[in-house]
Amino acid sequence: MNAKACWLLSLTLLLGACEETTPTPQGFAGLGQASDAFLAVTPQRTLQFPADHGAHSGYRIEWWYVTANLTDEQGRDWGAQWTLFRSALRPGADQAGWYSPNLWMGHAGLSGPFGHQVAETLARGGVGQAGVEAQPFHAWIDDWSLRSTHGSGLDHLQMQARGEGFAYHLQLDSEGPLVLHGKQGYSEKSGQGQASYYYSQPFYRVSGEIERDGQRYRVSGQAWLDREWSSQPLAAQQQGWDWFSLHLQGGAKLMLFQVRQADGEPYRAGTWIAADGQTRALSAEQIHLTPLHWSNQQTGRKVPTQWRVEVPTYQLSVEVQAIETQAWMTTRFPYWEGPVRLSGSHQGRGYLEMTGY
Amino acid sequence: MLIVEDLHKSFATAQGRLPVLRGVQLQLAAGTSLALMGESGSGKSTLLHLIAGLERVDSGRILIHGQPLNGHNEAELARWRREGIGLVFQQYNLISSLNVAANLAFQARLAGRQDAQWQSHLSERLGLAPLLQRYPEQLSGGQQQRLAIGRALAARPQLVLADEPTGSLDETSSEAVLELFLELVREAGSSLLMVTHSARLAARLAHRLYLHQGRVQALED
Amino acid sequence: MDNLRVCLLALLSHWRRHPLQFFSILVGLWLATTLWTGVQALNSQARSDYARASAVLAGPAQVQLIPRRGERIPQSAYIGLRRAGWPVSPLLEGRLRFAGEPPISVQLLGIEPLTLPAGLQVAGQSSERLDLASFLGEPGQAWIAPDTLQRLGLQAGDVALTLDGQRLPPLQLQAQLAPGVIVVDIGRAQALLHAPDQLSRLLLPGDFSAPALPPTLLDSLQLQPAADGDDLQRLTDSFHLNLTALGLLAFIVGLFIVHAAIGLALEQRRGLLRTLRACGVSLATLLGTLGLELGLLALLGGLAGVASGYLLASLLLPDVAASLRGLYGAEVAGQLSLSPLWWLTGLAISLLGALLAGASSLLRAARLPLLALAQPQAWRVAQGIWLKRQALVACALLLVAVAVWRYGDSLLAGFALLASLLLAAALLLPALLDGSLALLARLCRGPLSEWFVADSRQQLPALSLALMALLLALAASVGVGSMTEGFRQTFSGWLDQRLAAELYLAPRDGDQANAVIGWLEDQPGVEAILPQRRVELRLQGRPAQLQGIVDHPTYRQHWPLLEAQANAWDKLAAGQGVMLSEQLARHLRITLDATLQLPSETGVQQLPVVALYADYGNPKGHMLVNVDWLRQHWSQAPISNISLRVAPEQVASLKSALEQRFVLEGARLIDQQGLKSWSTQIFERTFAATAALNSLTLGVAGVALFISLLTLGQSRLSQLAPLWALGLSRPRLAWLSLAQTLMLSSLTVLLAMPLGLLLAWCLVAVVNVQAFGWRLPLHVFPVQLLQLALLGLLTSLLAAAGPLWQLARQSPADLLRQFADER
Repeated sequence: MNAKACWLLSLTLLLGACEETTPTPQGFAGLGQASDAFLAVTPQRTLQFPADHGAHSGYRIEWWYVTANLTDEQGRDWGAQWTLFRSALRPGADQAGWYSPNLWMGHAGLSGPFGHQVAETLARGGVGQAGVEAQPFHAWIDDWSLRSTHGSGLDHLQMQARGEGFAYHLQLDSEGPLVLHGKQGYSEKSGQGQASYYYSQPFYRVSGEIERDGQRYRVSGQAWLDREWSSQPLAAQQQGWDWFSLHLQGGAKLMLFQVRQADGEPYRAGTWIAADGQTRALSAEQIHLTPLHWSNQQTGRKVPTQWRVEVPTYQLSVEVQAIETQAWMTTRFPYWEGPVRLSGSHQGRGYLEMTGY
Repeated sequence: MLIVEDLHKSFATAQGRLPVLRGVQLQLAAGTSLALMGESGSGKSTLLHLIAGLERVDSGRILIHGQPLNGHNEAELARWRREGIGLVFQQYNLISSLNVAANLAFQARLAGRQDAQWQSHLSERLGLAPLLQRYPEQLSGGQQQRLAIGRALAARPQLVLADEPTGSLDETSSEAVLELFLELVREAGSSLLMVTHSARLAARLAHRLYLHQGRVQALED
Repeated sequence: MDNLRVCLLALLSHWRRHPLQFFSILVGLWLATTLWTGVQALNSQARSDYARASAVLAGPAQVQLIPRRGERIPQSAYIGLRRAGWPVSPLLEGRLRFAGEPPISVQLLGIEPLTLPAGLQVAGQSSERLDLASFLGEPGQAWIAPDTLQRLGLQAGDVALTLDGQRLPPLQLQAQLAPGVIVVDIGRAQALLHAPDQLSRLLLPGDFSAPALPPTLLDSLQLQPAADGDDLQRLTDSFHLNLTALGLLAFIVGLFIVHAAIGLALEQRRGLLRTLRACGVSLATLLGTLGLELGLLALLGGLAGVASGYLLASLLLPDVAASLRGLYGAEVAGQLSLSPLWWLTGLAISLLGALLAGASSLLRAARLPLLALAQPQAWRVAQGIWLKRQALVACALLLVAVAVWRYGDSLLAGFALLASLLLAAALLLPALLDGSLALLARLCRGPLSEWFVADSRQQLPALSLALMALLLALAASVGVGSMTEGFRQTFSGWLDQRLAAELYLAPRDGDQANAVIGWLEDQPGVEAILPQRRVELRLQGRPAQLQGIVDHPTYRQHWPLLEAQANAWDKLAAGQGVMLSEQLARHLRITLDATLQLPSETGVQQLPVVALYADYGNPKGHMLVNVDWLRQHWSQAPISNISLRVAPEQVASLKSALEQRFVLEGARLIDQQGLKSWSTQIFERTFAATAALNSLTLGVAGVALFISLLTLGQSRLSQLAPLWALGLSRPRLAWLSLAQTLMLSSLTVLLAMPLGLLLAWCLVAVVNVQAFGWRLPLHVFPVQLLQLALLGLLTSLLAAAGPLWQLARQSPADLLRQFADER
């Protein structure tokens, strides 16, 4: 899923400079490179909580990713995004001080009736400016944070961030279990063994306050947290991806992604999450994704902001429509990320993320 | 007083040496006058320059009172010009930075032969008396030429050398100026050697010498 | 077009016959452009280096947080601020020393590339575009400018070793980096500077409107708003203005040559111009052609000038760089690297100068009547009018000078005073010379002497420009020479007096200071330990140093005071008074007895000014107070320096003991003699460039005179030929002409002396006061005056010798041609 942003992060930090990088034959990530002595992702590892909520030194990239679909008191749709990326310059254990191999990047986004706003911040590891502690859970960069308020693990979180002209303070309370994607958290990203560890908490109930150009709004809604880490998640031919996290009416959730390949058929996978938290991994044949409508972004790129999503196994056939088509993230490494609404066989809301366009 | 013997002079040109004078002879007794005539390029002016010591002869002799000019060095030649001769040129060659009075007296003072009476006489006769404080550029052509004549005569030189002295003036003025010139030369007791094209002017001098291609063609008395 | 070509060919044919004039114009343009562009090269190199330096250190109008005390900030303050949402970026500064003779000291700058404010340029690139992996990764990078790399004698990619044996990351060439700076990642800087968890400053984005500091940090940090302009730039402005003024003077002197030569060429081509007009060339075409010709000449001269200007600048740069470093601590590269714009500007200046110098000639050509009038040139009348006009303009300029002197109050006004004075003097020169010659004429009794003087007067218009150039150059030499020499005397006397202590020590920090003092107290031969504490302040926008001293006879006896109240030292000792440096007092417009307001930690303090003292060479303001009083109001003021009174025979041994015990490298421990010679050396180098430019200007004036005489020589034949015909030998005429030139230049030299002294007075009493804030006594150095006078005469003698030698050797045929009798 949010793999995209991660790859992006690595790219930005390691290769520097490419604000407008276009997909290259080398694959979007430029991470077709070998993972050297970084730890490899294997199906044998069993995820352990709360330890795995924390940072995983030894793996190259990692992120904590929250997207929230919100409604204000006037019934208007909002979307909030909070992301912390970790990228290691070199393998090995973390180290205190400026020689820490970790670089941190935070992205915050707020989409709403008045448009889309973005903030970005960077930090070095090892000095305390940014980091993640597993127990009690606390992820932070500068004055942005995602921290456990009470209870255990990721059950009750407070999420806050701010940027130029916007801010949010949200309380996230989970109403369901953690969800492991792929094979018990081992999530393949191509047919050639590229994979990541990937779990989510999609059952958050949200309430709080957002601020936009000095105006405050009480909001409530749902949120979805993704956790993913890896060392070499993309195959050389993979150019970018489209990722969906959908809250369906009735309590079920759906995660889908496709990694677009330079040589034709995209790699697709997903997870059907029942309202009680039971999961079924979806394979490529079970998923149909069709772009319906493309929108020009401010940078001049065209991005599909309306999709047909079909999962026949669950009689799902919906149109996914971006609430704000101009949800371009003008960060060092740009991508599209914004809230969507569904119509068709199912109603609901969710988030869409697209990279490599 | 002036004897010229077998005088030769040639100039270097791009085409080789160009002979200008080829064995000129002449004599001029004290107090007499001689007109030098001939077409352009016949060597009249060169002869005059040689006698004035402005140029050196190739061969032959110029004797002044029996003394040859040839042996003189630059300083002696300068002294000869300063004290022995008076020069009147077609171009007046006045000293523009000095006023009329100073120009008039200039050579006489250089030669150390100041004669206030003679000079005031000259300025009277030449019509320069009211103009003494003016500067050459403020004079008419005729006035300038008269000033040049006055300057040449102010020291009563033994020999006056004149090269078309009225060449720049119209006929009437030149007649009058020449008349005055000859009269004053006589008064000064100088000998006169004058280059001219004008037969009419030449006729007023005691002798006439015709030069043709650097040789004396005829001498008239 | 064809018309233009034919016309141009006809005009250009003139130069074939008068190569000398052609040469003159070229030389004039060449020299003018050389000196001007040379000076501009120095200035722009220095300025771009300041810009580079400030870009890497602070950026324009950089808001920053600086420590309230000491030099460092704990890293925790940085993290605290970031966690509170402040977009601060940490910076650590320090110095590294490398092997060399003497050891090379380079500034080390540690930056944190991820947090640098957006838009801040580091080594010419925005922080978003850095190659982070190489900079932060292993083995990392140490950025260095090409000239610094060369100074260290290393290659890009080498690993530099400091004197204490530390290894830097591989050196990476950054052309845009400031000279004398090495940039590394902040983590590496902390290691190299032995400053773990320490920072020097925190940068903020320029547009950041800071909220109040968190209470926990209020004590240790202070917000420094963007400086209202760059200190370095402002401090060095006067230095560059001085250079510029000299360059401008040289440029003008050069244009004199061009003006003279172009004017002469026009005069000689009057006939040709008339003929061309008569043959149907339109006035517009003619002027166009003349303009084109001028443009071509300017281009040629400009190209040569810019090239040699570059050469000149590279010759002078080491001195300029050294004095800028010594005086202002400004790092300027030892090599020139100039933008294409500089070259183009040089050419443009040459074109502009040629146009300026040729404008009057073009105007005259435009007014040239079609039919030649046989009127004799009424030079006498013309000259009279001309002299009168010039004298009138000169008088007007003198009035301007007086007005500027009375009412002006800026450095620019100071230079306006100088300029109007010089210009007035130059314009008055012909009238003065003419007047002197008229006086002389009355004394003359003899045809030759009368001619001599009268003819000299006639030559004046043609020579006056060259003589003006000589006057200006010589006066400038006298003025600058007197000032420099006077400053030298004053300065060394002041140094002798003020540097009374035997040893001067600058401890690294407070701990070292205490350790040193503690140790010294037990040493034999130490007669007094005089620690000084210092606080850096800004008063009315200018940096100023407040120094606290103990009460000791060393100060009472040796610290030279310019003005003082009775018992000034007692009042200072009692904390009831402050002493101010002369330049600070001037800047603040404060006089003795006034009350000075000092913004301290405990509120605004008021102290009466009890004395003023000279503080030559310090670009910052300086104040003396009692050290106890200082500590009352700035509790953390660090010990900045320690002066030691030591028995003379103990100095050497104590010095080496201190060096060994406290590892006090080079500049931190220096004895009296070393400090004096260091100061004097900076002083000398500061004026080296000035002196070089000055003598070059004098040289240009000599060339102007030479060329004027040479061109005049041609027209002089018709003046001299009658005299020759009237019985003056050629050598004698040559000697007379030489005497004429010498007479004119002697008179000019004579006039240049008082003018130069007036200039010197303006420099010490007006320009220095405005530029540096100190006023020097005016010294007159007769020997120096005599030397310069002789130099001026020698210059004109040399200038006259060539043309006259030619005259003396002139063939009679040339002289005869003047009689033109066979025309």
